[in-house]
Amino acid sequence: MAEFTLLVNGNEKRVTVAPETPLLWVLRDTLELTGTKYGCGAGLCGACTVHVEGNATRSCSTPVSQVAGKNITTIEGLSANGLHVLQQAWITEEVAQCGYCQTGQIMAAAALLAKSAVPTDDQITQAMNGNLCRCGTYERIRKAIHRAAQSGTGGAR
Amino acid sequence: MSPLSRREFVAVGAAAGAGLVIGFYLPHKSQANAQVFSPNAYLRITPDNKVTIVVARSEMGQGVRTALPMILAEELEADWKQIQIEQAGASLLYGDQTTGGSASVRTTWDPMRKAGAAAREMLITAAALTWGVPRSGCVAQSGSVVHTASNRRLSYGELVAKAVTLPIPTDVPLKQSKDYKIVGQRLSRVDTPAKLKGEAVFGIDFRMPGMKYAVLSRCPVIGGKLVSFDDAESKKISGVKYVGKVGDAAVAVVADAVWAAMEGRRLLNVKWDDGPNKNLNTAAVIDSLKQAAAKKGASLFSVGDVSKAKGRTITAEYRLPFMAHAPMEPGNCTANYQGASCELWAPTQVPQDCRDSVAQAVGLDPDRVKVSVTLMGGGFGRRLEHDYAVEAAVVSKALYDAKITADGGAPVKVIWTREDDMRFSTYRPASLHQLSATLDGAGLPVAFTHRLIAPSISGQKGQPGPNGIDPDLPDEAAFLYPLPNVSLEYVLAETPVPLGWMRSVYALQAAFASESFIDELAVAAGKDPFEYRLQMLAKDQDIQYFTTTWHTARMRGVLQLAAEKAEWKNPLPTGRFRGIACFGCFSSYMAEVVEISMENDTPRVHRVIAAVDCGQVVNPGILEQQIQGGIVYALSNALRAKITVENGRVVQGNFDDYVPVRMDESPVVEVYAVPSPEVPTGIGEPSVPPLAPALCNAIYTATKKRARALPILG
Repeated sequence: MAEFTLLVNGNEKRVTVAPETPLLWVLRDTLELTGTKYGCGAGLCGACTVHVEGNATRSCSTPVSQVAGKNITTIEGLSANGLHVLQQAWITEEVAQCGYCQTGQIMAAAALLAKSAVPTDDQITQAMNGNLCRCGTYERIRKAIHRAAQSGTGGAR
Repeated sequence: MSPLSRREFVAVGAAAGAGLVIGFYLPHKSQANAQVFSPNAYLRITPDNKVTIVVARSEMGQGVRTALPMILAEELEADWKQIQIEQAGASLLYGDQTTGGSASVRTTWDPMRKAGAAAREMLITAAALTWGVPRSGCVAQSGSVVHTASNRRLSYGELVAKAVTLPIPTDVPLKQSKDYKIVGQRLSRVDTPAKLKGEAVFGIDFRMPGMKYAVLSRCPVIGGKLVSFDDAESKKISGVKYVGKVGDAAVAVVADAVWAAMEGRRLLNVKWDDGPNKNLNTAAVIDSLKQAAAKKGASLFSVGDVSKAKGRTITAEYRLPFMAHAPMEPGNCTANYQGASCELWAPTQVPQDCRDSVAQAVGLDPDRVKVSVTLMGGGFGRRLEHDYAVEAAVVSKALYDAKITADGGAPVKVIWTREDDMRFSTYRPASLHQLSATLDGAGLPVAFTHRLIAPSISGQKGQPGPNGIDPDLPDEAAFLYPLPNVSLEYVLAETPVPLGWMRSVYALQAAFASESFIDELAVAAGKDPFEYRLQMLAKDQDIQYFTTTWHTARMRGVLQLAAEKAEWKNPLPTGRFRGIACFGCFSSYMAEVVEISMENDTPRVHRVIAAVDCGQVVNPGILEQQIQGGIVYALSNALRAKITVENGRVVQGNFDDYVPVRMDESPVVEVYAVPSPEVPTGIGEPSVPPLAPALCNAIYTATKKRARALPILG
């Protein structure tokens, strides 16, 4: 066990956990931020996607020791009121079915828009292909990302 | 909600007529409370004008928390904006609460409508009495009753005090579909915003003070047993609090956090008795299907005499593998055993089965077990099993008995890893299909035989149907072409591989075989596969298959609609190919056209055009979601879904060797519904079965090679 200081959603959090503990479980169990989901534990499904220094990161395969002191953003911190332009686009396009993977999808999409404010279809596929959805919402996700990008504030908070 | 005791249930059930949906006939207990108007278990209205509708099915993405309340709200003449939704746990008030078989709308359509209508009629009476005017001059609209002549208005909340004093009517008028204001509207799903903010509580997110986490080590060989375990290394992990046997084939590692429990399990040293299946492999399973095929089966459907038909005979054999549901949220359940009672928070499609099985497992009366239903990260039939719930309760009881927690309770959440989910699932049965047809001089079939050889899901669970016919087959294996000679036969095979109900269940296998074979017949006859089907469906006829009456006209309707929207008669650009299939299951009719290109012998699906006739559409937005989702799910099944067994162990473990469709393979799906005022039928599953045959028919068009086994990519 070791103590780590994490910068999660702009707040400084001290946690005492085993250094190899995946960030996912520190977020979910220790910090009670359960919007980040467990799906595969092996970086294969993207349900656990968060931002580390703005980059989409699979928290299930990232030991907490690697992200100490770095800026971590989870779905709970993506926007102040849950109305990030992507979240709004997701509502307009009625993307979610079971919804379990969607927080990870939105985090992956947000990282994409931060880099490419108006992504092409290919860029969207490339950025989102690591995120599985068993409800099959992919085409709506694509539409929602285009919608958010066209709103002109894609990369902004 | 305070469920009645089982004794009360029996009394009321007998009075109301066994098998009826009890919820409608039972005044909710709070009817005695003048502050709450609750004429039945589905509805509560309070003086502050809050209207709460109870959903007695489980939300796993299919939209029941929105669609079912819409049905009640329609008859209630409610203002949709004032509706609050409450999820029912396991209860005695609502009849069978199983969420499955694409049945939620079709089985609650009547009770939800009657519940809303009864309340509406009482509220109108309450207003008429309050004003001292004839009832006929009052109308309910948008959450109020209005006296038309004087334009006076009272909200439902204002009418609560009067309405609770009135008798509950038993025979109430229901609205005509032409007057619907809510049903048929594309209303936004009520569950969406919380899901996008990360605030929605799925089973895996549920937490309570003092809760521990458990992961289980299970015997990797099907049917094997625990011999012994050594937990010395596990207990060195900080946070591991308990290690103990669960049942006769598993060991639980319990810790303060999930990761500690997983690490504890990793270091656990277990000795297994591999049991009788240690040499079982997939080849043996296929052999057993072939051996079973030599037996005579049970007739599912028969007209005429297929053996007497004369003409050209064509035969083919089709084969499908075991498949796994693999919902995004792995199995989990939280239980808190407290000696005389046990409470569960379960992501489950079967809250009542959870209650009853847990009661038995921990030695309590079922009314001492309370089951709350959480949101589910997908179900697809996997959560029709209640293994998670039983494990959680048994582990909680073990913690309680060992006094691991001090305050009289022992809350624990059991979590399955993805590998647990993949390897200890209950699988879609592998199957073998023998088809034959006799074509007349014009190339049309005059006889059609389909022998479906597969193990029985319910049979394996100890509940075989009459003649060994799996009880799911009546909903899932109908053949809707009205030919003069047809024989559908089910041959029971046995397997030790655990079986479960996976989205569309046997309809996937039945449709893959029969709709691929129809395409083979069209090719043999030298006919266009759409025109060929149309010709076979030309005559209006009712087909009685078990208890469902199917109409060829409705099947023809969706076939034509799909072909029309796909512009079937117009040629495709070079390099594009298409296939068509249609199938009826869960009382709905479905046709799909799949457009592909071939890239290095691999099909790439660009577009799927789907047409459905499911009667009255409750929410077109949810219908489209369900059909789009079903088609992507079906595409995953068709391309790569295969569970194999080696040395008695399931080989696949995660999304690298059981690979669902990702965005790069996902087609555009267009959905068209036949407008219909008929009683609504299933939408969760009917889009799944036609996809694989339509895709394989397209592949044949492109390559002249017939795929007779799934998955297509081996």
